[in-house]
This record gives sequence, C-alpha cells and structure tokens, in this order.
Amino acid sequence: MTQMALVIDLNKCVGCHACATNCKSWNTGGQFGPLTDTNPYGKEPLGVWFNRVQTYEVGKFPHTDVVYFPKSCMHCKNPPCVEVCPTAASYKRTEDGVVLVNYDDCIGCKYCSWACPYGCREFDTFDGVMKKCTLCADRIYNENLPPDERKPACVLACPAKARAFGDIDDPASEAARWIAEEKGFKALPEAGTDPANHYLPKRKAKVMLDRDMLTQHAQRPVDMERKSASAGDVVSEDVAQT
Amino acid sequence: MTEKDGHKLQPGEDIKYTTCYMCACRCGIKITLQDGRIRYIQGNPDHPTNKGVICAKGSSGVMKQFSPARITKPLLRKKGAERGQAQFDEISWDTAMDILTTRLHKIRSEDPKKLALFTGRDQMQALTSTFAKQFGTPNFAAHGGFCSVNMATGMIYSIGGSVWEFGGADFDRTKYMFLFGVAEDHDSNPLKIGISKIKERGGKLVVINPVRSGYGAVADDWMPVKPGTDGALILAMAHVLLKHGLYDHDFLVSHTNAAYLIEADKGGLNEGLPYLLEEREMHQTQNTIWDTVSNSVKEAHQDSTKPALFGTYKGKDGKTLVPAFQLLYDRVMAEYSPAQAEKICGVPAEQIETVALEAGIMAKNETITLPIEWTDVWGKTHKTVTGKPVSVHAMRGLAAHSNGFQTVRALSVFMMLLGIIDRPGGFRYKAPFPKPIPPCPKPINSPDLIKPNTPLPNPELGFPSNPDHLMVDAQGNPVRIDKAFSWEFPLTAHGMMQNVITNAHNKDPYAIDTLILFMANMSWNSTMNTGGVMQMLTAKDPDGEHKIPFIVVSDAFFSEQVAYADLVLPDTTYLERYDVISLLDRPISDYDHPADAIRHPILEPKGDCRPFQQTLIDLANALGLQGFCDDNGKPQFKTYKEFITGWESAPGSGVGFLAGWRGKDGSKQMTGEPNPDQWEAYIKNKSFFEYELDESIRYNRTINQGYLNWAQKSKLIRLNDPIVMHFYSEVLQRFRLAAQGQTKGRQPATQAQRQRIIKYFDPLPFWYEPIEQTQVDAKVYPFFAITQRPMVMYHSWDSQNAWLRQILGQNYLHMNPEKGADLGIADMDWVWVESPTAKIKVQVKFSEAVQPDTVWTWNGIGKMSGAWNLDKDAAEARKGFLLNHCITEEIGDEYGNRKVSNSDPISGQAAWYDLRVKITKADEPGHWPQFQSLDRLPHMEEPRKVLRYEFIRGNGK
Repeated sequence: MTQMALVIDLNKCVGCHACATNCKSWNTGGQFGPLTDTNPYGKEPLGVWFNRVQTYEVGKFPHTDVVYFPKSCMHCKNPPCVEVCPTAASYKRTEDGVVLVNYDDCIGCKYCSWACPYGCREFDTFDGVMKKCTLCADRIYNENLPPDERKPACVLACPAKARAFGDIDDPASEAARWIAEEKGFKALPEAGTDPANHYLPKRKAKVMLDRDMLTQHAQRPVDMERKSASAGDVVSEDVAQT
Repeated sequence: MTEKDGHKLQPGEDIKYTTCYMCACRCGIKITLQDGRIRYIQGNPDHPTNKGVICAKGSSGVMKQFSPARITKPLLRKKGAERGQAQFDEISWDTAMDILTTRLHKIRSEDPKKLALFTGRDQMQALTSTFAKQFGTPNFAAHGGFCSVNMATGMIYSIGGSVWEFGGADFDRTKYMFLFGVAEDHDSNPLKIGISKIKERGGKLVVINPVRSGYGAVADDWMPVKPGTDGALILAMAHVLLKHGLYDHDFLVSHTNAAYLIEADKGGLNEGLPYLLEEREMHQTQNTIWDTVSNSVKEAHQDSTKPALFGTYKGKDGKTLVPAFQLLYDRVMAEYSPAQAEKICGVPAEQIETVALEAGIMAKNETITLPIEWTDVWGKTHKTVTGKPVSVHAMRGLAAHSNGFQTVRALSVFMMLLGIIDRPGGFRYKAPFPKPIPPCPKPINSPDLIKPNTPLPNPELGFPSNPDHLMVDAQGNPVRIDKAFSWEFPLTAHGMMQNVITNAHNKDPYAIDTLILFMANMSWNSTMNTGGVMQMLTAKDPDGEHKIPFIVVSDAFFSEQVAYADLVLPDTTYLERYDVISLLDRPISDYDHPADAIRHPILEPKGDCRPFQQTLIDLANALGLQGFCDDNGKPQFKTYKEFITGWESAPGSGVGFLAGWRGKDGSKQMTGEPNPDQWEAYIKNKSFFEYELDESIRYNRTINQGYLNWAQKSKLIRLNDPIVMHFYSEVLQRFRLAAQGQTKGRQPATQAQRQRIIKYFDPLPFWYEPIEQTQVDAKVYPFFAITQRPMVMYHSWDSQNAWLRQILGQNYLHMNPEKGADLGIADMDWVWVESPTAKIKVQVKFSEAVQPDTVWTWNGIGKMSGAWNLDKDAAEARKGFLLNHCITEEIGDEYGNRKVSNSDPISGQAAWYDLRVKITKADEPGHWPQFQSLDRLPHMEEPRKVLRYEFIRGNGK
C-alpha cells in the first residue's frame, strides 16, 4: 500500500504559522480552493484554513514547556469522516491514501466534521461544502512544477524544516525514516482512526556534557588551572610585579 | 509551452523573483503570476537569506497587496478640519509637490534644520540620509533609536560588528547557542533555519527571556530572567568562565585589548586610558602589554612576547599599569557570582553555573579545525582556522532597557572570553562588517556647519570616538531636534526618533517647521505615552499655529499616523516598486558572501501611488540639491531607477548602491563604473548578487590581512589596519575623563551631565538597575511589563492582513496564575494596568510560561477604531490594546531637576521594557482608553465581506 502523509517534528516547530498561511496562499487558488474568508476586515473574521497551529502550555513555572501543534487532516487509514458521509463525497483515494472531498457531491451536512476527532474539517459557508487538507494533491504529482517543488506547500515553506512528506508505508521514504528514527507517534491513537500523519516528540539535546566533567571543573578553580598549565600558558604571567 | 526554472508555464502564467518586505528579513521570493495577478508567493530556493523557505508573513503578501487600507491619492488636510480627524481633500501629485517644494525651498534658504526627516522601517537609509545631508539638515534618522540600537552600538563599539545583517551564529557548525531576548527578530527565517540545524545535530539551545514562546518552545534550557537584569546574568556566566579558567587566553591576546596595559593611577589626562609609548589614533594598535618573558613593558602584538593578563605592574616612569583583563576579573569576581546574580535576575545560581560551565567546557574541548591557510596582520601565516561550536544571538530583550548598552557590552565581553568571534562554530561577521572600532564616519559636530542652501560637510549620523564628535553648541546644548549626540545621549549612532515629536512640541532645543515621517506610526504603536503624543501632534500656540507647523506622512496604508498629517503622500507596496537592499545600508550578506539585492515592480502601482524613493528624487531635483543635480542645479537623474545605477559615493569612486554587475559592460564586482543595465542584470539573477569570499579570508577577519586588504580594495572599509576588539572601552573612558574634567577637549556644561556620564560611561561592562525603575516604587508597581513581537506580524502594519489578523487579532495581558489569584483575578478577567504615566483596561490570560514578576503582551496589535480600514468594532480596536500608553517618554534626570528621554544614557535606545505596573481587577469588562473612531477616507474602498480567490484573480465581484 501507499500512504502519503506528513510527519511533523515538534522538536523543531517554533509556531511561526508559515505552514498555515502558505497553505492558504497555494490552496485558495488551487484545484481545491478557494479558501473563503468571510468578514475578513470585520469584528469576527472567519476563514477556511486547511492547516492550523495550536499552542499548549505544559507544566507549572518554571518547569513550563510550550508546544506548538500544527494540525491538518491526518489522512487516517481508518477515516471516520468517510464512513459517515451520506453521499460518498468524502473518500479515501486507494492509490496514495489521501482523503479528499468531492465538492460536487458534498451536501454540507457536516456529519464528517462531527465524526473527525481532530477537528480538521473546514466548512466553507459561502460554497456550502466541506473542505480540508488535500496534501496538496494538485502539487505532489504536478508535472508542471519542478520535481523539487512537488511537495505540499506547508513542507516547502516551513522555515524550521519541521515537516517531512512521503509514503509512510515505504521504509525508505524520508517520512518513514523520521518516524522510525525518532519514535514518531500518532495523535489520539485511542480514537482508532489510525492517522497517517505522525508527530515527532520533543527530545533532549544530545550534546549534554558529562556531569563528572562539570563537577571536576567546578572543583578546579583558576589558580590550580594556572599551576597545572604548561609553560607559555597562563602560568607565568600571574606573578604580580608591584 | 514555455519552460522557466523547471516550471512548464501554462497560458497566462509567469514566474518572477524579487525581495520580500513583509518584515525586514529581506528574503528572496518567487512569485507565480497568472495573467499578471499574484497566484502564489513562495521562497526563492536560490536565495542566500532564506534558501527557499518563507514565513507566515511572507506567505501572506498577497493580502497586503489587496488591503482595503491602501491610500491611493495624495491628500491635504481639509480646511477647518483638525489633525487626528482624518478629513482630507484629494489633490494631484503636482499640487502636493508644489506645496512641499515651496515649503522646503523656504526652509532651506532660511534655516535648513527646521526640516526634520525621520523614517520608520525603510531599508533605504543610504538614500534618505543623503537627501537630508544634501538638503543641509542634521535632523535625520531612521527608527533605530526606538528599535534595538543597543544591540547595534553595544556590539559595534566592542567587536566591530553586530547581529542581524551584520553578523550571526555559524549555524552550520554550532552546537551550543544562547538566544537572549528574542521573541521574533528580523533575522526571522535564517534563525529558524539555523535553530533547526542545531536541533538536527542534537545541539543545545538556551533561551534567556522572561517569556517562553516561539524559539523558546524548542529551547533545551529556559532561563526566565527578570526584564532588565540580563547584564547581571551574563556577567555571572563570565564569572564562572573566569573562576574555572575557561577563557580563551590566546584569543584575548591576539584579537582583543584585554592584555593592553591601562594606566591605573588616579588623576591626570590619562587615567584609565591605555598606556602608550608613542601617540596613536584609537584604531591603531601601538599599545602596550606586560611581557612575562622580559618582565617589562613591550609593544603589543609582538611575536617574541608573552603578554600578561593578570597582575599589577610599574612602568619605568613609575606609573601603575594593569592589564584590562585584570580589571574586569576583579570586578566580575567581586560583584557577579551566580549567587549575587540570582538575587538580581531571579535565575537560580545553579542554572547559571551549569549553563556557563557547559558552554565554557564545550568551547575549550571541542575545537573545530579547518584546513584553511591564512595570514594575520602581523605577517604570520597559519596553516589552519580553528574555532569552537558555541554561539550567541540577541535582540530587543537586551536592547530595550536603559542599561542595554552596558548589557550588550557584557555580552560582547562574554563572547571574547569564550573566543568565539569570527571563528568556525561561533559568531561570524557579515560584510560590510567588521569595521574599525568605532567605525570611521563621525556625525556633524557643530551648529556652525548648518548653513542656508548648503549641504552638510559630514553625515548626520556616525560613531563618536570622543566628545569632540558630539553635535552640541559652544554652551554644550544639543543641536539636533532629537538631542542625539548630546551630552545626555552621546553615542546615538541611529538617532533618537522617539524624541522628535515631544521635543518639537516643546520647541526644545528649538521649533521646527516641517516634520516628514515615512512609514512610521509615531502617533500610535511606535511611540511611548501614546495618548500624550497624540495631543502634542494637535497642540497649538496661542496664535493658532500648530506647535509642529507642518506634518508630512508618506505611507501606503491608512495608519493612525496618517490621521495626524497635513499632507499625505501615498506610497507603493514592495511589489510595486524598485528598491535596493544595499551594502551601503543593511544588505543580505551571509558569512561567506557579501551580497545585496533589489526589488522591482511585479505589479503596477495602485491608483496614484508613487514610491517615496521617487518622491525624494523629485524633491531633490526640484530643490536643485547637489549630488542629485549637477553644479548648475540641473537634475542628473530623472527617476529613482536611474539614480541607483548612476549615482556614485564620490565622482569616479566606483562605489554605488549596488555591488553586482558594475563597470560599463557589467563585468565588475563590488566596485566599478556605473552600469546603466545593472537592474536588468539583477532581475536576470533572481534579484540578488553575491560575491564569494576566498576561503582564506572568511575567518578572523579583524586580524586577517587578506580580508582587510580585500575589504579596503572593495571600499567596504577605509582602513586596512587590524581591528582589535574593545574588551575595555577606550571610547567610554574618554567620555568619562571629559566628565571628570581630565581632558583638553570638550567637557560637559552642567554638573548633572558630568555625573550622568561618570556613572554610565564605565569602560568595563556592569549592571545597573534600569533608570526609570529607580524612580518607581516597586512595592506600588510590583510587575515588570513588556511586549513581545509575534512571529506572524511585523509591527502594526499586518493587522490589515486578512489572513494574519485571523491568527492574531486580539492581544491579552499574560500573567502568572498564582500572582493573579493573589490579586483576586481569574483567567480572562478584565483588569486595570496602571503605571505612574497612565492606566489601561485589558483582558488577562493566565500563563505558566512567563517569569512570575512579569506581565506581557504582543506588540502592535491594538488599533485605533477605524484605522487601517478595519471595521470600527474590530477586535483590534475594541479588545486589542497598546501597552505604550503606560510607558513614559520622559523620566526625571537623576542628577538634575529636569526631564530627559526615557532612553539608554549611552546610546539613546528607547527604554521600552523598563516599565513597571500595578494590576487590579476591573469591575466592568471593556477596553480602555477608547479614542474617537476614524472614518474611512472617501477614496478608499469598502472592505469586502467575502474574500475569495476570484477577487485576487481579478474576476471577482
């Protein structure tokens, strides 16, 4: 099987929202657009976004962690949105596992948005249909684009290089390797949706220094350093001449 | 079907490359156009700055272009309408230029300093400063004074370079990085790319900031410092390095003045100055060291000597001589232990100690060696370049305090101790830096040099080395309207834009006639005491004339400042005009490549919009300014486009705004004759130029003879002398001596000025409590209050952006939940935030990611109702707020009974973050203060209720 997906590294994401707006810029004019904004300059602007970034604080000061969690359709292997769709407008593409909505068949009943445990469905009130991330289905196979750019817009834009895209069922893909090497996890596994998108956890710096070495240095004040240094180092200069 | 850069272009499709301007990062962008309209904006994969990636702002450029807040007609304040009401008549450009030219002509022929030209974030200071200089007014500056000038000057006066476009971390090799006071920076994409590389190799990021957000989210260590105390924290880390011998002896001796002997005897003209055997200029290296081989004073930088860092010595003439290093050692060991620092900055001593040890040990143990041969300025050839994988970056959190200059000095000294400057893995310069310390240009220094109809002989701005370079009159009074380069604020290299309106209103030091503001929101989020400043803009003398008689604003959008203009000149967007991002200004160089870039029109200007660059050229031509016009006053350049390719810094200099494709046939790089086809060459190369430095001249550039020779030949620097870093600041000591009366040169006029300089102009870095805080009772005002810059918005100008305002349309006051509970405040309550200056009512959001004595909010979100053509009840206007109201623009002079600017007493940096407030629960919800709503200007379009791609495409309803 082929299952295209995004792998997002929470250890690199700084919550800049480049993925969200670049997605908007590409997709509003793309095959699955527009991403309508209503009341864009008013009191309560409301727009369709295929990609949103959530912010979480974890723990109490000073042991506070801040996590940015970019979220878009997970392209589940077992997608509840497809199951509940009364018109089969929502479907999972067999050739690459991408979950899509056929706008012509969508009646805007919103069953799918109730069914999606991730809240990743976006109702376009102007068109009266449900929209969502397509993994940039109009980019990834698009032969009019240079091969390097046949990627979702969010992956192309991400300044922190926190996103990998590829077939997670192909162990050789970058996406699969990220998951394997850094213990990639799925969001809400208990929902039984088997999401294709994965996240990489935060992880400790690898260059943390040996505690013994720190202690050793901490017990070795500068005078000893000078005495133990060889000629020509800081030893000879420290004799006061007054 | 045509092919372009790998794209198979469809009918009506095209690809163009230019430079982004959604912030000051200056990334390359690649724009897909469909039938001449924007289809998609992405990063330019070939661009040195962003290498193909793009941020949230850059991706939303199309929504800036389609903002309904665009001003598209020149406007003149209606007769009878008051400033602030935004009631204008639409006029033609001819009329607008007539009004302005007539006014400026009169000013220039009578008293040129009555014109004040101040610009916001413009990236074209080389042009604007030239215009002001040729006009003959010293009253010019850009926004640096209220931005982060302490980062610039604190480092430039110490190491001859700074962060952002002047230098940064060697992300390809660094493993341990300190990030001080950065929420978002205009090094936005490079920082994100770089931090990602550190994480990739398992490196460690230490974030020092009262708030944990953005980059802090991926920090391996967060040091929640109290605002304004970073200096103590940094000096405590220096203490740990010194205590454990983790400083780089060889680097200090070869690259810095740490080993130079300082005259330690009290009194006399030389107290605290380097001990010299012969006269020398400050930038020259004929200094002295104590040689431990011969036990005698020797000239510095001699191969046969071994300079002492420690000790106290006697010269043959009986003078007491101490190496600068020993002076710092004594201070830091006595006053800045981690335990002492903890009491000031709130960060646990153990954490300070651990982090400093980690960095110090890594710097000592993990040497990076590159097989690159290079020759130093003393003629010695080295087989390799070595470095350490430890680096730093810092921004406004250090800068925006009245102790920021000395804090940045402390950071510079910390970097020198580690030996991580311009070496692999550490901090590295970007061309045109490094520069001599301080750089050569000196500001005009006497009112006698301001003459009717005459250009200034020197630039308005520069880098004083001693008090003779101050712009003061014979009585010691300031001569500039912003009081930059005065005894109160001597090293104000970027001017003090934050003072202009207050001083002009107070006619202190004198009244001006015309204030031209370009792209600066000085009546709103770029000023302190916003409510007060709005009143100053409308204030009148008894004769009915405004205290600031004529205000000209050039902006592309309907900002709050536009409402206070008499004349409005509609500017273009970054997609509609020619621009240069020049090596004469703030270029796009990276560590190995001096580089510059351009913008060129992707779209036609909207309505009657005209680039401000073109307006300046037209004004210069109409006024017959030299340099723009020939000796007979005949214009040499009709357009900005011609000006850029034709102008040279001096006749025949070969130095122009753009360094690429110079020479008549475009074959020369860096310098060369003007090339009329230069723009086309840039456009063909995706709108940028980069020069590749030979490997041998990429490191140790302050003492790398090959580099210095190349940079001098390329006219990036005037001198090819070695640049020895100021571990000990001779400049500050020269000012201090003047204040102590120990000089033959200029001295301060008043006792207050003397005491101020004696206190702050310490040649060694130290921490002092921010000045405003010494005047505010911490028991009454217990919280520090600061702002942070969000990653999705750059200052105020993005609230009009239909996409970005959906991400951030309302700001809250973030505070620690326990502190809130103590005050009876619940999450999402409305509270009063009160300083001695003003109070505001805002909504609270609890957060565990903030130092508990600190409250904070996002910068620049709050709007005046109706401004930016948002609905009058937009969240930005009804719930969003400015902390600026609470910040005072003037504080008491500690040593006199007058007011001085609330700024750093050395650099003039606006002390935004020195604010203290008290917080009380409000009885009623609702935002305060509210101002009168602005009505939409008649020529502006009604904002769309529905926004869809059809509209962007041009076929929407």
